Formats: sequence, structure tokens, C-alpha cells
Amino acid sequence: MMGEVTALGWWGVPIAVLAGALRVSTPFLFVSLGECLTEKSGRINLGLEGTLVMGAMSGYGIAYLTGSPWLGVLVAGFAGIVLGAIHASVCGLPRVNDIAVGIALMLFGVGLAFFLGKPFIQPQAPLLPSIGLGWWSNIPQIRAALEVNALFLIGLLLVALMAWFLTSTRWGLIVRSVGENSDAALAIGYPVNRVRFVCTMVGGFFAGVGGSFLSLYYPGSWNEGLSSGQGLMAVALVIFARWDPVRCLYAALLFGAAGSLGPALQSVGITQGYYLFNAAPYLLTLIIMIMSSSPRRTLVGAPGELSVTK
Amino acid sequence: MLIPLGAVIASLALFGVFLALIGANPFAVYLSIYRGSFENWFSWQNTLARAAPLMLTALCTALPARLGLIVIGGEGALVVGAVATVAAATALADAPSLMITTLMMLAGMAAGALWVGAAGWLRHYRGVNETITTLILNYIAIAVMSQLVVGLMHDPKVVHRPSSWHVGEANMIGLIPGMDVHWGLAFGTLGCVLAYILMNHTVFGFAARVIGGNIRAARIAGIAVGRITVIVCLLAGAAAGLAGAVEIAAVQGRASSSIVVGYGYTGILVAFLARQNPLAVIPVAILLGGIRASGGLLQRWHDLPDATVLVLQGIIFILILASESIHGRLRRLWGRE
Repeated sequence: MMGEVTALGWWGVPIAVLAGALRVSTPFLFVSLGECLTEKSGRINLGLEGTLVMGAMSGYGIAYLTGSPWLGVLVAGFAGIVLGAIHASVCGLPRVNDIAVGIALMLFGVGLAFFLGKPFIQPQAPLLPSIGLGWWSNIPQIRAALEVNALFLIGLLLVALMAWFLTSTRWGLIVRSVGENSDAALAIGYPVNRVRFVCTMVGGFFAGVGGSFLSLYYPGSWNEGLSSGQGLMAVALVIFARWDPVRCLYAALLFGAAGSLGPALQSVGITQGYYLFNAAPYLLTLIIMIMSSSPRRTLVGAPGELSVTK
Repeated sequence: MLIPLGAVIASLALFGVFLALIGANPFAVYLSIYRGSFENWFSWQNTLARAAPLMLTALCTALPARLGLIVIGGEGALVVGAVATVAAATALADAPSLMITTLMMLAGMAAGALWVGAAGWLRHYRGVNETITTLILNYIAIAVMSQLVVGLMHDPKVVHRPSSWHVGEANMIGLIPGMDVHWGLAFGTLGCVLAYILMNHTVFGFAARVIGGNIRAARIAGIAVGRITVIVCLLAGAAAGLAGAVEIAAVQGRASSSIVVGYGYTGILVAFLARQNPLAVIPVAILLGGIRASGGLLQRWHDLPDATVLVLQGIIFILILASESIHGRLRRLWGRE
């Protein structure tokens, strides 16, 4: 490994960052798309961190028990639906704060995943296959960098689908109107709570799938330190992306790149400040939050009903 | 008062169903929780030692909640408080130990105060959502500590886990005489009482509650919204920072990953269960400290993973929030009768 790196010298760093961006971004992408949909309907689900971990655990467990990683991905999505349904039904009650419910579900999801996931820490489950897009190059790093997981490609498809859904379909319009002004939507006769219920469940499904990527592809095992707050950062990422699925993709790639800076530098021998470089995505999130907020106006493109931007 | 209690009982019932589903005997488990937390003086000591940091981290959420803010940065403030405590002890190595101990506590409080105070400042002057800021700051705090204990503050003598230097046995704060519980309990209780007096019996607290009730009315009334927001966040962070300082000076002696055991997150639950009332924080922290204290026992006697306690806490948290919507309505029902 070291020999190959020195052959490329410092070029190893940007290539490793690119590889990381493609690899690490997938969970960010799925969680942020899910969060984007939920927030478009006017509700914020901070519990997606719990959903992500729960998805990672259940996906890995099912893949181990049945031998099919894709079944694991599906079950991870369903676990996300269940957690989303809990969030939506509690938030549907009057005078319940959606941010607080999100925190509760984050703790609950993580706790439940740790509890149920104990037997799956040791065994090795079958992982998702990758697709090599680097066949044209004979440099091993580039080939390795372009080993893309099918879920990433599905994520790309989902971006296009969701952009189309939100802007060009009747249902998308309903979701946006519920998120923009629930009173108006109610007056027209849209079932505000039911729309949010569905959006939170679908958002949970995406986040669960994103979690299964963590355990079934990269890093590719289940343990209790698997997620390092990707689910939370995705919430900030959606704000950065101004609630636009296409920008969510760019933001996810950026976060993926930031997240792989530490390991990339480590691979060329820079081990000083490893933990600090690992904190790069958090710092990035914080800086983005500070730069995109203002005390005088609400955020550009924010759904009007969203509690975080008020 | 009755409604949170009802929610806790409902959670225990629900958790019992969960335990039965996975094949454990819920009654035996509850008996063990009771034994591990409140049966005798020994288990009470265990409980109270865990309740102390919970009281302080709960204040980190409960105080800003009066302003209508949801701050969940207790974990991060605790961690930076712990780091600052170690740094203070090292910087002052030659001073008399009483002075070192005092300054250790103050350093922990100051670091925590700045940590959460920054989030309060950003909230008011830059419009940045405080929930997300404090959450991110938790991760940054842990990253900073992880870096320091393998780098600048690393003590090579400790092998099993990267740890910082020891603050020195002479500088540890020790136990409350006659109780065998460390002084953190006194700090926590005192902190809750002071917070209660501040919030409910002073002009400052009144102004803070007006802000929480209606921020525009507060502005029109000439209340310095920004200043009060920042001060309350500073106090909130100081409380959680003190929790970190106490964990170092009374329990751990060194900063390491064993500081990060979720006191901050459980503190959020304590604050919500106490309905953000600083006095109610004291009994609720003891209750949840007891549940935490029994975690080890559950592992040994029932072969349940240590995350069992997390699941129970999560269920309580969700139901307590759901029960918020019953408030007022029950009263209306009773009123009609």
C-alpha cells in the first residue's frame, strides 16, 4: 500500500479525497434526500441519526442471517419507515415540538440498534458488490477510486427523480404547499398531517438505506462506532443545499470529500492531527450554518413552516 | 407532575413488553434495576454519583429552555470542561492544592460557558439555529479531546486507552464527609437550587421567561434580549462544564474517552422529564442516575447488553414528549366534571 502511494507521491491525496468523496458521500446523499423531503413538508426530523444507525444494524443483521445484502438494504429501509412513522405520529399530536422528538428518536434509534446489534458485531455479513468504472486507467489508485457502489448510482437516480417529483408533479406541489403554509394547504383541503406522515416515513426509508450502506459497503461492518454523526450533518447539509435535491448531491460530495481528508492524509504519512482532520465535516457544517444564516431574514428557499429557520 | 409520572409508568410498561418480546422476564429486570439503584446505601451511592453530573448537564438544557431555546450541547460542554480542568491542573502544578482545585473547577466552568455561550451568541446575533450548532459542537469537542489525549496532553504511562495526564491525587476533590459520595452531588444540588432561584425569583429570570414567552413583547418592553440570551447560555454551559470538571476531579483524574459516556444526552432527557424546572431536575436526575447505575447489573445478571438502559431512556423520552400534548387538556376534562 505504502509503495503505491509513494509512486504517486502527493497526487495520492487528491485521488484519495476523490475516492472518498464518491464513497463516503453515499450515506450523506441518502439521508439528506430523505431529510430534504421531510423538511419540504414543513417538519424537521433530527432523529435521522438514529435511523441511520438502526438501518446500518438491521441491514447488516439481515444480510448476515439471509445471505442477501440487498434484502438487508430493503429491511434497513423498512426500519427507517417504522422510525419515521413513530416520529410523524408523535409530531402529529398537538403542541409537540418536532426538534425535541427528533432528539428523542435519535437516542432511541441508536440505543435500540446497539441493543439488537450486539450479536452482529463479530460475524461477517456478505457485502454489497461494487461496480468498477476505472477500467480505462492502469493506475491502481484511480481504479480503486472509481469502484462505485450501486447504491451511489441509485442515489443519483433518486436525485433526479426527487427534483422532478418536487417541481413537476401534483403530489410534489402538495408537499411543497403543506411545507410552505399549512393553514393555506388545510384551507384548500389537503390533509396536512397525512402528507407529513408520508414524507417523514419516506424520508426515514432513505435514511435507513443510507445506513445500510455504512455497514454493507463502506466501512463494511457493524459496530457501535459506525456512524459519526452523518445523520446529523445531513440535516445541516440540507440547509446548505437550500432544500434542493440536486444541490444535496453536490453538498454530499463536498462532505464526503471533507470526511476523507483525514484518512487520505494519513495514507501519505501525515498522522499529526488525525482527529482534527476527521472533524473537518463538522467544522464545515458549522461554518456553512453560520454563513448561510442571518438574524434578519429567514433562509433562502426555506419551507415556510420549518421550525429551525424561524 | 402527574402527567410526567404517568408517562414514565407507561414507558416502563412498554419497555416491559419489549423485554418480554426478546425473552427476558420484565419483573426480574425491574427488580434488578431497583436493586442496582435504590436497594441499599451502597447502590444509593452509586446512583447519587451518577445523578450529580446529570443534574448539571440537565441545567445546560433546562436554563436555555426558559428562553425558548433547545440547547443540546451538554455533552460537548462537559468534554471541553474536562479538558480545561486537566489543562488548569497542569498549568498550576506548583500552587497549593486548594487553589489548584478551585481553579480547576473554574476553568471547567469557563470552558463550558464559552462553548455553549458561543452557540447562544450565534443564535441571537447571527440567527444560527442553536440546536444544530450545539449538536455539532458536541462532535467537535470530542474530536478536540481525542486529538489532545493522543497528542499534546498524552500520558504515555497509561496504555489501555489514550489518556491525558493525571491532575494529581492531592488535587482531587474527594468525598462529602459521612456520605461516601463525591462533592459533585453538592455542586449539582446547589446548582439546581441557584438556577431555580435565578429563574423564578429574580428580575433577570423574569425577563428570561418573558423572552421565552413572547420575544417581540420582550423587545417592546425594552428587555435586552441579546444580552440575556448570551448570559443564560453562558450559565448553562458553565453548569455542564462543571460536570466535566467534577468527573475529572472526583472520578477519573484524567481526560479520556471514558468521559464521553452520554451524560450530556441523558441530561437532555432529565431536563425534559423535569419539564425544564431546575428544582424538579434534582429528583429526576436521581431517578435516571439510578437507571444508569443498574446498567452493569443488568449485564451481569440478565445477560442484557449495556444499551438496554439506552432503549429504556429512549422510550421514556418519546412518551414524555407525546404526553406534552395532554397537558391542559386533562385539566379541561376535569374542569367539566
